[in-house]
Amino acid sequence: MSKLYTFLKYFFITFWTVFVVAPFLWAVSTSFKDFQSVNSKVTYIPWLDFEPTLEGWRVLIKSPAKGGVDIVEPYFNSIFVTCTASLISIVLGTLAAYALSRFTFKAGFVRNNDITFFFISQRIMPPIVLSIPFFIFLSTIGLLDSLLGLVVVYIVLLMPIAVWIMVDFFNRVPKELDETALIDGCNPYQAFYKVVLPNSIPGLIVAGMFCIIFGWIDFFFAFILTFTEVQLLPVKVVALNSSITPWWSLSASALVSVAPLIIVAFIVERYLSKGNLSGALK
Amino acid sequence: MNFKHKFVFLFPGLFVLIGILIFPIIFTIRLSLSGWNSYTPEMNFIGITNYIRLFTDDPRFWESFFRLSFLSVTTVVLQYVIGFALAMMVWREIKFKRFFRVIFLVPMMTTPVIMTVIWRTFFHESLGPVNDLLGGLGVKPILWLSDPVIAKFTVIIVEVWQWTPFMFLLLLAGLLSLPKEPFLAAAIDGASPFRKFVYVTFPLMAPISIGAIIIRLIEASKIMDTVFVLTSGGPGTATETSSFYIYIKGLREFQMGYAATLSFTYLVIMIISLTIIAKVLTKLMIKE
Repeated sequence: MSKLYTFLKYFFITFWTVFVVAPFLWAVSTSFKDFQSVNSKVTYIPWLDFEPTLEGWRVLIKSPAKGGVDIVEPYFNSIFVTCTASLISIVLGTLAAYALSRFTFKAGFVRNNDITFFFISQRIMPPIVLSIPFFIFLSTIGLLDSLLGLVVVYIVLLMPIAVWIMVDFFNRVPKELDETALIDGCNPYQAFYKVVLPNSIPGLIVAGMFCIIFGWIDFFFAFILTFTEVQLLPVKVVALNSSITPWWSLSASALVSVAPLIIVAFIVERYLSKGNLSGALK
Repeated sequence: MNFKHKFVFLFPGLFVLIGILIFPIIFTIRLSLSGWNSYTPEMNFIGITNYIRLFTDDPRFWESFFRLSFLSVTTVVLQYVIGFALAMMVWREIKFKRFFRVIFLVPMMTTPVIMTVIWRTFFHESLGPVNDLLGGLGVKPILWLSDPVIAKFTVIIVEVWQWTPFMFLLLLAGLLSLPKEPFLAAAIDGASPFRKFVYVTFPLMAPISIGAIIIRLIEASKIMDTVFVLTSGGPGTATETSSFYIYIKGLREFQMGYAATLSFTYLVIMIISLTIIAKVLTKLMIKE
């Protein structure tokens, strides 16, 4: 029984690992191919199956005028939009979460839980529902096709995540902590800033990582709300996916754009193993 | 505490969110009562004509809605089962534990739409590796993207690949935070691993499971990127989900007014059904 269980366990783990890694391996292999080795028959291993070339990687940094793809600018756009929106969401979300966790609010039938639910419920909204009014809203105030406009939209996507994680986290930070600080003569802001915040760093890191992940992987808003002036990475990569797809540069650009967040996977795992995350994520 | 301070903490976030959202929501409701399309791009008032059309004369929307329900429930159930299994396996000591944990987390960190482009080449019917390798085993080429039934499963495979890590992360974090005492008690009683799971682990994990399932259902109901790139709703309308249908009506056919009607109706249905699901799940799982 237990031997069978161990066997099944390792079988399943191996199977899942292969499943997870397979598309990446395929992308790495494809990124070194040329037209011939993509379109004649299915090839896998460089040198053995096909003659590898760096063309797929080289076009990424060439300017469009020379037939390149130029993903450098979209790359920085994506980093800027994701980081700015995450930062704003974390700051505002953390403040709001602290208020919701420590004070009681009453307005008519609205209680703390209802306000928290209001924040989190924004995630229910499908992007498509928001995208049409946002399109018209942003064009009215002249922010269509601009980085700032995207930041505004991404705040709606990310603040619910920050509030969700931080409310949970603050509920776990003992109240006595701020009460002691208040007795010691701090005002509520000092108590928050000097005592509670330093004790909430694991929560802030988790919230920050989640915001960055969900900001970085968004496609739909970037797709609808930008055209030529500003392009984000996912839109740029998907634009390559046309009828005569250059699979090689597509794969190379895909790998380049998913690479930075894979580092996040390592950070998440570190926090998980240290046990810091268990508190931060329910 | 002094009541003034609490508003200083809450209001910036609350008002920024409301400030950004108030216009889109009011605008959507108003737009849904208009006949804005590419011929008459103006905010006229046609009453509830759009809503009547939706409820009496648009089977395609309801089909896409049921398809969405099927896809999201199936993917979330699969993600939950697989995610739980994976979390259980790397919860306790195992060789290369940390390596597997990282590997299991990776797909969640990748941009769905970009990975879907890779999946598209992966499942390509003549030039993709899947059919090639299966062909080596003597299997006939499978129409991953152009068969109406199989295309649904292809979407499910990609969604499960992408989002099982999220479930895995929440459940593993939950498992790691469980108290030790119930497990010691079960060990002293000599409970088998199976009974330990059914009577100790699973009940303790119930609240976390509910949270994780609901979050994933909310996110899964927005399936869009995968469908958009992988199949474009096709073949025919075989993988068309509500979001994608609204997208076609609104931003391809420019029936803005009608698309707003669809959006608003869809949003109301989503909020109601997710609330009901949350209540039912809480009842079912906590009682066990």
